[in-house]
Amino acid sequence: MELVFVIIAALTLVSAIAAMSLRNLVHCALWLVLALGGLACLYIQLSAEFVGFAQILVYIGAVAILIVFAILLTRGAGVGDKSPTVSGSWITSVCVGLLVLGSLVFSIVHSSAITRPLPQSPDLTVKKIGDALMTRYVLPLEVIALLLTAALIGAVIIAMRDEESK
Amino acid sequence: MFETLDQIFILLKQGVLGLLPQGIRPLASCLLTVSAVFSVFGLLFAVTTLVERKALGRIQNRLGPNRVGPFGLLQPVADGIKMLTKENIVPRAADRLVHFLAPVVLIVPVALAFSVLPYGRNMVPVELDAGLLFFFAVGASTELAVFMAGWSSRNKYALLGAMRGIAQMISYEIPLVLSTLAVVMVAGTLSLPQIVSAQGGYLFGWIPQWHVLTPWGLAGFVLFLIAATAESNRAPFDLPEAESELVAGYFTEYSGFKFALFFLGEYWGLFAVSGLAVTFFLGGWHAPLPMLQWVPSWLWFFGKLLFLLSLFIWVRGTVPRLRTDQLMNYAWKFLLPLTLVNLVAAAAWHYSRSWDFPAALLWRWLACAAIIAIPYVLLGAALGGGRQKTQRIYRYAD
Amino acid sequence: MLGTGIIKGLAETARNFIGSYTDPERLVTVEYPDQKLPAKENARNFPFLVFDGDDWEKGLRCVACQICEKECPPQCIYIEKSKDKKPDHLGKPQFYPAIFNIDVSVCMSCQICVEVCPFEAIKMDTAFELSTGDRFDALLLRKDHLAKSNDYYNSIHPTEAGEIDARRAEERAKAEAKAKADAEAKAKAAAAAVTEKPPDPTAATAQKTNPDAPSPEPPKAN
Repeated sequence: MELVFVIIAALTLVSAIAAMSLRNLVHCALWLVLALGGLACLYIQLSAEFVGFAQILVYIGAVAILIVFAILLTRGAGVGDKSPTVSGSWITSVCVGLLVLGSLVFSIVHSSAITRPLPQSPDLTVKKIGDALMTRYVLPLEVIALLLTAALIGAVIIAMRDEESK
Repeated sequence: MFETLDQIFILLKQGVLGLLPQGIRPLASCLLTVSAVFSVFGLLFAVTTLVERKALGRIQNRLGPNRVGPFGLLQPVADGIKMLTKENIVPRAADRLVHFLAPVVLIVPVALAFSVLPYGRNMVPVELDAGLLFFFAVGASTELAVFMAGWSSRNKYALLGAMRGIAQMISYEIPLVLSTLAVVMVAGTLSLPQIVSAQGGYLFGWIPQWHVLTPWGLAGFVLFLIAATAESNRAPFDLPEAESELVAGYFTEYSGFKFALFFLGEYWGLFAVSGLAVTFFLGGWHAPLPMLQWVPSWLWFFGKLLFLLSLFIWVRGTVPRLRTDQLMNYAWKFLLPLTLVNLVAAAAWHYSRSWDFPAALLWRWLACAAIIAIPYVLLGAALGGGRQKTQRIYRYAD
Repeated sequence: MLGTGIIKGLAETARNFIGSYTDPERLVTVEYPDQKLPAKENARNFPFLVFDGDDWEKGLRCVACQICEKECPPQCIYIEKSKDKKPDHLGKPQFYPAIFNIDVSVCMSCQICVEVCPFEAIKMDTAFELSTGDRFDALLLRKDHLAKSNDYYNSIHPTEAGEIDARRAEERAKAEAKAKADAEAKAKAAAAAVTEKPPDPTAATAQKTNPDAPSPEPPKAN
């Protein structure tokens, strides 16, 4: 494993743990942003630059802002509550986690994916992604576009209805 | 000789790298490029603050600063000293870590955005295949800094300013991206140096093939500039930081060097997005006429950049501020449909490039211009209508 | 059409920008204190005392009538009359102010003192650069600071000063004419008194002065 991968993975994990366990909600959101950034770095390290930049643009530039707005407009991230960050039944959850990890490791190690040689990472340019999207994967593209349009219209209707009912 | 002048920075860098041992050459190469970019844009920032103040003064029938140094040329130095020596005040209720990090989170993505712009022939710091996507990705990250600044100050006005600022920046990202999408469509690539090369040749030997000289390019250029003004929180879209409305908005609680960093981040954002406009629409580092190609390419790039900056300053001195709801209406109801129409016009231009009857260029131009102009007029009439433009009657002031 | 407004605005701003370099009327900034705007004639800031001639003490027009002190609304003038008198421009002996103080921080430049002065002695100055570092003593202007010459008054308010000078010259001419007429009348009266002489008293005087001379015989009575 390369040093770069170890560093980025460690950063991502630490940010994710912090995003879960901090009291201050806005701090959690900011650590989440860092975790998403770590994921983008992992994509870029795997030479999937397009996906990495798209991850930054979509997740950090839009989703994180959405989360932040949601925090601000609803709960008001003032004083954190005094409940403990670690729940009482943490022993059970650690056992379940170890069980899941063990079964995953067992199945991966004993599968054929480990023994097969790594495929050549494709020389991926944006042009090739565009061609693939427009020829081979055009149906998923259109379905996603339809889904997004439906979501957009739904959001507008929900917002509008709120104003009418006032 | 002119080729040497054109490539002089590349040659200098290769010369310096040749003097260094082999092991540290990649690191040294990065450091040299980064320091060059930072020093150029730092200097440009200082000059721009002074030029803006003097130009605004002249527009407003007054002199700009002219006490420090001849014609006020040392004013940026005085401003820098002032910013550095001011006391760094952090409000007691503020969230110290986030308050400290907000200027950093603003500056770092903007500095990253400088790395994909082509400043001259062979002069791109980082040549990325998806350069445009990278640029917009880091541009989107600056909104997080606005939020961090506004929220960590624990100040009503700062929070309000931050909310408005983020809403404005998100709303105007879409016309910004869509107006460049027309260029991407026609050029067929997301890579910025290739887009500049696509604007290379000269029609009939003397007309440059810049995108701004096509109808969809002209409309795209104007739309891009309007969206860029809003993205950088500049007048007439500067409500989030309006001095008279929100007491400096989301950076109210910042003093001294952190305020200077916000200022710097804002102006650097302006430079970056102007550089993108130059790359996409104004032909990058190409000369306007073939006989002027002896002037170095980087000089053309920065000349066009300065022209765009003066345009921004001119608009700032002219137009009053827009209200937030007017701003949002403008983005969603006017600019967004126009950018989509612009895409259609660009497609029409691209597919009609095989026409070759006489005066085909003129007909293509007129057809694409009609595709854009008719919705523009109709939309303008539909949205601006309902308000008669009559002479105002003042009831009491007679 | 949408967009024409902003084009017109941009054209106007461009005209301002270029005009600020070429047209001197466009750039209306005056770089005070290196350049000063000329004061207008009707400007007023603070009162001063007018004196005629070169000696400010002898030519001071104020006669300490104390009307301005009484009329001043914030009562910022303080006057003490002198004990002796000195002649004014018509030659008549008048009192003069031994002490004449105005408090700069209290005066509100209402000009009432100027309006009520019957002797054209106190007028409004246009000088406004009066700031000092001393908050107390330097804000009380005394007689020697307040006295400024009539030539200065002519330079700042030429029309008014011209009228006043003309009037005073007329008065002086009239007074001189009257004085001359008086002097002539007096001289004529003196001359008339000289021509009408009384009977000669020389015999009486000679009698009295010669004791040996026989006294005239009284008439013989038998």
